[in-house]
Amino acid sequence: MQHITVFSSTVGGLLIGLGSAGVLLAQRRVAGVSGIAGGLLAFRSGDMGWRALFLVGLVAGGVAGALLAPNQLSMSGTLSTPWLVASGLLVGFGSRLGGGCTSGHGVCGLGRLSKRSMIATPTFMLTAGVVVFVVRHLLGAH
Amino acid sequence: MLGALLSGLVFGVGLVLSGMTQPAKVIAFLDVTGAWDPSLAFVMAGAIAVYAPVYHLLRKRTVFTALDTHVSEPIDARLVVGAVIFGAGWGLGGFCPGPGFTALGGGAPQAFVFVAAMLAGMCGYRLFQRSRPEQDGAFSIPPPAASVASAAGAQSLAASRNDCA
Repeated sequence: MQHITVFSSTVGGLLIGLGSAGVLLAQRRVAGVSGIAGGLLAFRSGDMGWRALFLVGLVAGGVAGALLAPNQLSMSGTLSTPWLVASGLLVGFGSRLGGGCTSGHGVCGLGRLSKRSMIATPTFMLTAGVVVFVVRHLLGAH
Repeated sequence: MLGALLSGLVFGVGLVLSGMTQPAKVIAFLDVTGAWDPSLAFVMAGAIAVYAPVYHLLRKRTVFTALDTHVSEPIDARLVVGAVIFGAGWGLGGFCPGPGFTALGGGAPQAFVFVAAMLAGMCGYRLFQRSRPEQDGAFSIPPPAASVASAAGAQSLAASRNDCA
């Protein structure tokens, strides 16, 4: 049972928006994490540094979180390794095929009123909801 | 460059604070038929509340061809199928790309497994894309009709088309 965390979730959201806006201002780029990471795998010279640094910043945020509020990084309830591998493969492939993830479509795309993101965001949320229902309730996986 | 690092840090701290780095909380948000935790809706609302005005103000003041990608982007099968595949993975593991990277900072083995598999999936996409160039809508879009698109503009458009959204 999760507690509803309106305040910390809202403040966290504001910071995520600020970080995304920072990428927009500093790099003139859309801060979709899947796009930033996927672009890194293209190994285009001159386009690597800012992507790598952004990802280093993301990890550093996690390090700070682990030191200050380790409960916020609790891995309780995660499925076993084969499930996690499957989930990672799907997230990596799907986010690149669909041109975005929760940040690229869900925050930046909706924020700039992109029609593609208005289609993609409800699509992935609905699919994720159905998968949670099937895996957690019908199959009872833990 | 320093801007990118700082942005990533602020983004990462935001993810930790928001609850997005707890897969159980993400699952609880997606589990509308179970003990539903709507908290993460506030994350999206908060993030858009900051991002949208910055984007629209910036766009009003300057012509950024690279930002106007949505004008010429198609709504096609790739978008929908990609979103379905991504959503399936997100629901399965409770991780999406940003929180995956940030969770690495906590040192949990689950985060390393997820991120490694995610990067493999992204490499898989590159191979998939290379194997069927005739289907490659992502890099064959015509330059925007607006005459502001110089060669450099079109190039940055093509580059940003490779990014999210």
